[in-house]
Amino acid sequence: MNFGFSEEQELLRDQVVRFITDECPIDVVRTFDPDTNRALWKKIAELGWVGLTVPERFGGSGLKWVDLTVVLEETGRGLCPLPLTSNALACAAILRSGSISQQKEWLPKIASGSVVFGFGLYDEPNWIDKDAITLDASDRITGTKTFVSDALLATHVMVGVQTKNGPALTMTDVNAVECVALDVMDRTKPAAQVSFDQVQATAECLIPLSDADLDYLNSCGAVAITAEMVGAAEAVLGLTSDYAKERIQFGHPIGKYQGVKHRLADMFVDIESFKSLLYYAAWCVDDATDELSQAASRAKATASDAFAQIGIDGVGLHGAIGYTAEYDVQLYLKRAKWARAMFGDSDFHYDRVATLGGL
Amino acid sequence: MDFDFTPDEEAFRTEVRAFLSQNLPPRNERSGSFMRDWLDKVRAKGWVGFSWPKSVGGSDGDVARQAILKEEMALAGAPPLGTSFMGLAWVGPGIIQYGTDEQKARFIPDILDSKVTWCTGYSEPNHGSDLAAIQTKAERIGDHYKVNGQKIWTTGAPYADWMILLTRTDFNTEVKHDGITCLLVPMKTEGVEVRPIENMAGDRHFAEVFFTDVEVPIENRLGDEGKGWAVTISALANERSSIGEVTQMFGKLEDLKQLVRGTRKQGAPASEDPLVRRRIAEFETKIAAMKYNGLRYLTRQLRGQPLSSETSVNKLLRASLEIEMDDFAVELQGQEGVQFQTQTARWARSSLSWPNVVIGGGTPNIQRNIISERILGLPKD
Repeated sequence: MNFGFSEEQELLRDQVVRFITDECPIDVVRTFDPDTNRALWKKIAELGWVGLTVPERFGGSGLKWVDLTVVLEETGRGLCPLPLTSNALACAAILRSGSISQQKEWLPKIASGSVVFGFGLYDEPNWIDKDAITLDASDRITGTKTFVSDALLATHVMVGVQTKNGPALTMTDVNAVECVALDVMDRTKPAAQVSFDQVQATAECLIPLSDADLDYLNSCGAVAITAEMVGAAEAVLGLTSDYAKERIQFGHPIGKYQGVKHRLADMFVDIESFKSLLYYAAWCVDDATDELSQAASRAKATASDAFAQIGIDGVGLHGAIGYTAEYDVQLYLKRAKWARAMFGDSDFHYDRVATLGGL
Repeated sequence: MDFDFTPDEEAFRTEVRAFLSQNLPPRNERSGSFMRDWLDKVRAKGWVGFSWPKSVGGSDGDVARQAILKEEMALAGAPPLGTSFMGLAWVGPGIIQYGTDEQKARFIPDILDSKVTWCTGYSEPNHGSDLAAIQTKAERIGDHYKVNGQKIWTTGAPYADWMILLTRTDFNTEVKHDGITCLLVPMKTEGVEVRPIENMAGDRHFAEVFFTDVEVPIENRLGDEGKGWAVTISALANERSSIGEVTQMFGKLEDLKQLVRGTRKQGAPASEDPLVRRRIAEFETKIAAMKYNGLRYLTRQLRGQPLSSETSVNKLLRASLEIEMDDFAVELQGQEGVQFQTQTARWARSSLSWPNVVIGGGTPNIQRNIISERILGLPKD
């Protein structure tokens, strides 16, 4: 029985924290500058985090999603704008559902950072289902994928399409498509609308998805987003607790008042809960895949709503200063609103928990 | 990370299961002597006071085996391992840590053998959450203390043999915690009067206890004079994964799902109602969160890292579940939910018993104070 991180995993965490502190602190994040982010991506590829879950035979570190969780928690804590999640999902899709030759072709390039994927599964904004993938690839691909994360930083996009044989993922060079930036609330999570015009859909660049594959991929997406939410929510709790210790009103730090301190205690309880659920789900990705759907849904359902409220209360407990653009806590509120629906909101995931639980 | 126990630990689990299959008949097949036999048998196995030192009659059971024992007992729906819940949970560990050798020899065997039951004289009419402010007075006179005052909400007082009693021996200390002294008092002592209080479920398990010139011999003091607070908040390094509670709650959730399957709402099966489905899923998820929180805390214990106030997290989760699951079950059944003569009246009954768990041992707001002050470092009230 060992439900904790190893020494190596704690060292990895320290390394990520150092990188965020030195290379990607919040004032760098706030530049939202694509060239800066590209340069940072090169660095973390050299550090091995991009290829963390790529097997060693394909040039990666051959680690597991539990290790990836450590990285994502810390990048989430710093609102690091790099496309780690998109590329971890691309890697997961190729590893699980791609052919051997696709694995040989793409995985080493992901690990080295020479290929960077933008990622988008669904065409409907609030529907997690294979039927929500509608971009037509029955012949050549023509149409628009509206929500593609990280496409502007990417060399390639991996998006969901419908082929004659059902849903699939296509891997397409960004030079073959048109990417138009979306005006997003959370600028640390840039996304684009990607238009395809008669783009070839050869077998080499298509990964067919079974129902189970899609379920797996969506669950992995939920795990990755929740890992980022753990770090981000802890950052809000830290910022707000620190403020509550310093801000004097009515002669005392506001953290002395139960209206404030009890809300902060409840935040702690919520974060502990979705953190524990997340760690188990991350473990399931590699070690108990049959339990992954249930575990991922429990984690994402809890985190989606809890972090949304933590973002709101983090701003609210700061009072007017929290409302300012200058203050960082508002960036987390925006992250919470972005993360809430990604790979399924709480309604979707709780309903899946009910179904998997026999209702 | 891995969720496997060692082969030795799994062998222990097998032993517990084998014991349960042989010694725990279904409820309707249990004879009148079942409970006494059960208590003797689990005692003979060394499972009562399992974590206690062998020197006092325990088994030195490690935290992993404690967790396994609790989980298997809860899975089987087994009765308690002793008749004195308070004796096993609080008094025994307190005596082991702070008692004299004479006190250990005098009190521990009877707790382990379920020969005596204990109650805890903590709360007073004016001092519940603010326990350290208690006013029940103990005056040292020669070789005994003379006690005057009143306790309240004392669970089990109407049938307990002994009480662990918090008194104040010094009213002039700078810090209120410093004047407290812990005494062990037979309930049959002259001057002790118990008046049961009926709770909202109609039970009379807790009581007011009055002390009028009660004489307690000095050898019945647990710990030093003025050091009673440390005794109160002590508990030996017990397994704190709450794995037993979690197992019970998963069992209760399954019963709740059965209720949903057999219930109609707005003319349709309740199991198809999106809000019903969501509530059930929320309960399940919260119990799972307790489970994995507990396993993270258990891992820390196994690694020898101290736990501080994190257990307040699961106490808060459990408190909300205890209230909400029963309340949901009652609401779901509509007008039938508030009847006592139905097949499913257990939900109506248990919806009136949550304060046992939710208020006893520190209210949710006290748990929030603990988390915000001890973990988040916010100023005390």
